[in-house]
Amino acid sequence: MSDWVDACAIDDIEEEDLIRFDHGGRTFAIYRSADDAFFCTDGLCTHEQVHLADGLVMDHIIECPKHNGQFDYRTGKALRAPVCEDLATHPVKVENGRVLVRIG
Amino acid sequence: MKPTKRDYSLLGRDAAAAVERGLASAAWYHTDVPRKTMKELMQRRDGPAMRDTAIWLGAMAVLAAGVIWLWPSAWAIPPLLAYGVLYGSASDSRWHECGHGTAFKTRWMNDVVYHIASFMIMRNPVEWRWSHARHHTDTIIVGRDPEIVAMRPPDLARILLNLFGIVDAWVAMKAMVLNVLGILTEEEKSFIPESEQPKVIRVARVWLAIYAATVALALLLGSILPLMLVGLPRLYGAWHHVMTGVLQHAGLAENVLDHRLNSRTVYMNPISRFIYWNMNYHVEHHMFPMVPYHALPQLHELIRHDLPAADTGIWQAYRAAWPALKRQLRHEDWFIKRELPATAKPYRPEFYGDVEPVMGAAA
Ligand code: FES
Repeated sequence: MSDWVDACAIDDIEEEDLIRFDHGGRTFAIYRSADDAFFCTDGLCTHEQVHLADGLVMDHIIECPKHNGQFDYRTGKALRAPVCEDLATHPVKVENGRVLVRIG
Repeated sequence: MKPTKRDYSLLGRDAAAAVERGLASAAWYHTDVPRKTMKELMQRRDGPAMRDTAIWLGAMAVLAAGVIWLWPSAWAIPPLLAYGVLYGSASDSRWHECGHGTAFKTRWMNDVVYHIASFMIMRNPVEWRWSHARHHTDTIIVGRDPEIVAMRPPDLARILLNLFGIVDAWVAMKAMVLNVLGILTEEEKSFIPESEQPKVIRVARVWLAIYAATVALALLLGSILPLMLVGLPRLYGAWHHVMTGVLQHAGLAENVLDHRLNSRTVYMNPISRFIYWNMNYHVEHHMFPMVPYHALPQLHELIRHDLPAADTGIWQAYRAAWPALKRQLRHEDWFIKRELPATAKPYRPEFYGDVEPVMGAAA
């Protein structure tokens, strides 16, 4: 059973940026792309469990702040060592200016 | 081997102790920088690194042509020495920055320069990506960091020999031969994921082929010149990267979680900064490894209020570091505790690990 969770307002995230979102003892990262689409992944890097929220968004890539590993935040795919393991992604929708995330 | 109080091996006693004491993969101190500013500093660009790479490789081509033209007269020595530094020292910083993926914006450009530089500096590009990741996770944590140059007590003979690349190149060649045979040491296996290990072996085999071709050409020509341009510059041109690299952490604290205590920023002349690609801003680099080399001077200006005063030059930095290394020969627990300015956030005891600094005259 999974529910849509109200994570933040769309304006809480700048374009080409991300924020950290904690819910139910877990941590997530919510992204806003340059073309104004929203995405959500697990919040911790799969290499050494560092928060991705301090990282850098470039195009559709999130770069981890610790060792510059990279993921495609739309698919969670690991793109650059030292990350090897993909990142889990979660569905997102926008309603009334709010970003909702479905957490499984 | 002489027993020491510290065990720097990655599978030894202190490796386990660091994990137990929470020093492994820990949270480190960071100076506060507003997210917006940090985002600007982290921005990637191709321009600066394209310019610097064109100068670097262009200068090497011109110098190599000069050497070939002047060889074997003594006039070949000056261009040879300059070529050596670009090969055996500038490659260290290019390897480093491109390994982080921050030098260029375009990924393939980072990767191409990373592979060229790795070959010159004789660091297997796959293996060293992992070892350097560990150096950033566990900077100067005994038993965790595979890149500690000045262990305690410091092996000064090794450092001096490495001014001419002797130990490093020997170790690299031995590792290359093992890797060519399909063998990885237990230490290598401890930080290179299994899925990446075949790549280590593949690169080693390509390198061996290049060296074999160079030796064959030297035999064919009956001249050492090919080897003076490929391979040997890692020896006679290494001095600059060792001179700058030793200053990064030597004589400073171990087992702490604050880069202000274990890293050193040194102001350097523009030529050394070109060769070293601004890694003289070393505290800044460790605190924020996502900031590209060309933005480090700006980052330094922004956070210097929170850092120990930078050393004002290479010579001045050695005047503090060298006596500290000599002192550690006798008192290996001693280290330089870098004083913070009044504007800085004080060191927090939880970032010290369990080693309290012993203050002394050389600090
Ligand atoms: S922790 Fe993310 S790349 Fe290492």
